[in-house]
Amino acid sequence: MNYEVLTWLIPLPPLAAFFLIVLITNKSNKISHSLAIFSAGLSWLAGMIVFIWAIGPQGVHQQILSSSINWLPTAQSFLKIGVQIDALTAVSLFFVAWTVLMIFIYSVGYHNFGSPKGEHDQPGLPPHGSTELDPDGKTIIQMSIEPMYARFFAFISLFAFAMYVLVLSNNLLTLYIGWEIMGLCSYLLIGFWYAKPSARAAAMKAFLTTRVGDVFMLLGLASLYTLTGSLQYEVIFSHEVLSQLVNSLSPVLGLSWASLIGLLIFIGVVGKSSQFPLHVWLPDAMEGPTPVSAMIHAATMVSAGVYLGLRFFPIISAGWEGGLALTPVMFVMALIGSFTALFAATIAIAQNDIKRVLAYSTISQLGYMIAAIGIGAYSAAVFHLITHAFFKALLFLGSGSVIHGMEHGVHHSGEHIDTQDMFNMGGLRKTMPRTFITFLAGGLALSGFPLITAGFWSKDEILSGAFNGGFNLVFIILAVSALLTAFYTMRQLSLVFLGKPRSEAAKHAHETPWTMTLPLGVLALFAIAAGWAGIPESFPLIGGKIPNWFGEFIGPMIHNSEHGAEHHSLVPLFTSLVVSLGGLSLGYLVYRSINKDERDPMEWSLGGVYKVLAHKYYIDEFYDWAFIRPSRWIADKVVYFWLDLRIIDGSLHAISNFSLWLGTLLRKKFDSAVINRGGDALASSARKAGSEMRVMQSGRVQDYMILALALILVGGLLVVLILL
Amino acid sequence: MVSLSWYLILAAALFLIGVYGVIVRRNSIAILMGVELMLNAVNINILAFWHYHTQLNGVVNVSGMVFAAIVIIAAAAEAAVGLALIISVFRRKNSIVAAEMNVLKG
Repeated sequence: MNYEVLTWLIPLPPLAAFFLIVLITNKSNKISHSLAIFSAGLSWLAGMIVFIWAIGPQGVHQQILSSSINWLPTAQSFLKIGVQIDALTAVSLFFVAWTVLMIFIYSVGYHNFGSPKGEHDQPGLPPHGSTELDPDGKTIIQMSIEPMYARFFAFISLFAFAMYVLVLSNNLLTLYIGWEIMGLCSYLLIGFWYAKPSARAAAMKAFLTTRVGDVFMLLGLASLYTLTGSLQYEVIFSHEVLSQLVNSLSPVLGLSWASLIGLLIFIGVVGKSSQFPLHVWLPDAMEGPTPVSAMIHAATMVSAGVYLGLRFFPIISAGWEGGLALTPVMFVMALIGSFTALFAATIAIAQNDIKRVLAYSTISQLGYMIAAIGIGAYSAAVFHLITHAFFKALLFLGSGSVIHGMEHGVHHSGEHIDTQDMFNMGGLRKTMPRTFITFLAGGLALSGFPLITAGFWSKDEILSGAFNGGFNLVFIILAVSALLTAFYTMRQLSLVFLGKPRSEAAKHAHETPWTMTLPLGVLALFAIAAGWAGIPESFPLIGGKIPNWFGEFIGPMIHNSEHGAEHHSLVPLFTSLVVSLGGLSLGYLVYRSINKDERDPMEWSLGGVYKVLAHKYYIDEFYDWAFIRPSRWIADKVVYFWLDLRIIDGSLHAISNFSLWLGTLLRKKFDSAVINRGGDALASSARKAGSEMRVMQSGRVQDYMILALALILVGGLLVVLILL
Repeated sequence: MVSLSWYLILAAALFLIGVYGVIVRRNSIAILMGVELMLNAVNINILAFWHYHTQLNGVVNVSGMVFAAIVIIAAAAEAAVGLALIISVFRRKNSIVAAEMNVLKG
């Protein structure tokens, strides 16, 4: 099989689906979603074939597959489009293909395919449900289909295309194209229900916040291109170029070019992967439909940021010999990553919205990955990226399923409650057993439940990387955030599924259709089993029984081998066990039976701190005060009032007044005086001359004769006089 | 031998008589006759000069006579057309006074 051609083909089906849906099939929901899922399936199939080849004996350890075609001619060379399969691409392709396909299938059920249209539904708003009469003459409210069903599938197809492009690209240019298409898609999909003001605001917030990062990233790419003359990975990550970048000094702060570029790229990662201080967009991105949240939080957007960080690891770590002497970029990454991990985890414990808790946990887990890159635990970061993609996609889809079940209950009970507030739920394990089991798997994986879940292995690897590398501060911060993670995950699980229903809606919640539970099941499988591919050899008892396939596969990606391999400390292992189990049991003890209208125990136990946490440290308010209001003030007072009204309008008015004056002057002095009057005078003088001369026209032929003779005489005389 | 100047004086006299007739007569036919007189005065001139010329140079040609013949033909045609016009005017207005033919006057 020609794997090169196959690799080229992987991203194309979703793009084709996007255009077909938008241009042709958008009237038919059925054809549209079939097209989208079929295309995602094709990409999945091609991706899996390439993946299996890549991990095999003939695969990327023999030879990295890389293939380019020339695109834009520049002076000496070409900008290229290309694809590449190496170990990082292969494993990213694996999780992207699976999560994308699952999210596509899930979307069919989530948008209530097969349900009737709601009477009051309109494009731009979530469906409200439709009323029907049952045989007894009673009105029942049902779920109703999403009004812009086909549009949704078109957008997520484009989204999937962009992610495939980004992952498969072998140069930074096409990676950046995928990156920006994803920015566009996140805007379109977060603002999918555009009639809601909050969704519009969230879409703009996401777009603008990530744009801040993207600008810096583009600067990084531009400086890289200026210095090296290429954007191909094999060129910019080669030894010669790296050492050249490390040894040349940039004009900023005495950093080497490698550090400066690394920092600029890292700011892009901060924006895309939602790290402090650009994390504010991600929780608001919950305004979109839940499959979009899963898409953004797991399969594509934020993973793309971490992927870029991993891809740039050679530049980020250029000059690093292992040990504590980190490069400036790695230091910043370790700092921001671990800080974000703790920071977001503390916010998550005080959120009541089921999706918001998950959003902050995503930020926190991304902080783990960034911190892992920062301390040089490369394969641990890759590993966590993949396991996190699976269990976070699972959790988001699960929360969508819960909300769906709750909406069903609301239609039944007629209550007016927030279907996303966890304090309105409770006891859903009985009414939604499949969702419960899969959500439990995802939740345990997120909190790192020992041995059986994937999250445990990847998180443990990051913790041991931090500990064995000697980064004690990072280790402690990450351990504390792991404790908090376990705690708020259990809080969520308990509030949603355990205890007694705290609303009528929760009592009448209903299990969701198979199109939603099937993807949950598949993802739950990965959320558990994905970790078993990366059990380290040094692990007590079971280490070495199952080969650490993942470490061996990813390890050769980086030139300097991992530093922690020679130590076999048990401290991180015990820490993982303690924080995970401790957090879980603490969460269970506090939240196992919260009654209706009971307040969050956190509220009285934490006091004022709770309020700060619930308001997310007032960062949104701070940004509003520090950036948005000054911008508005400048826009209103300076730009509009002063610049626009005074200077621009003023000069325009001056020009127009001058032109008016000049025009009047010309009209009076020239047009009417010279042209008009001159024309009139010409006409009237011709008229006058005519009326003077008409007396000569007597009409008598003999008069003309006399005249002619007289003229001949005069003419003859003149001729005679002149000539002689 | 009659000298050239006699012919020319005759022609001039005839021409002026013609002009006088054209200008002062009211009758259209008389005006037409005046025009014929002027044409024939010109013919006399032509023939006189032709004869003088051939005698002076001793060259024999007929161009003067041909010229005169053409003038006579033109005069005949003119008389025919003029008389036809006069007749048709007379039929309309019962008058051949030239001064009354002024319907085109502006």
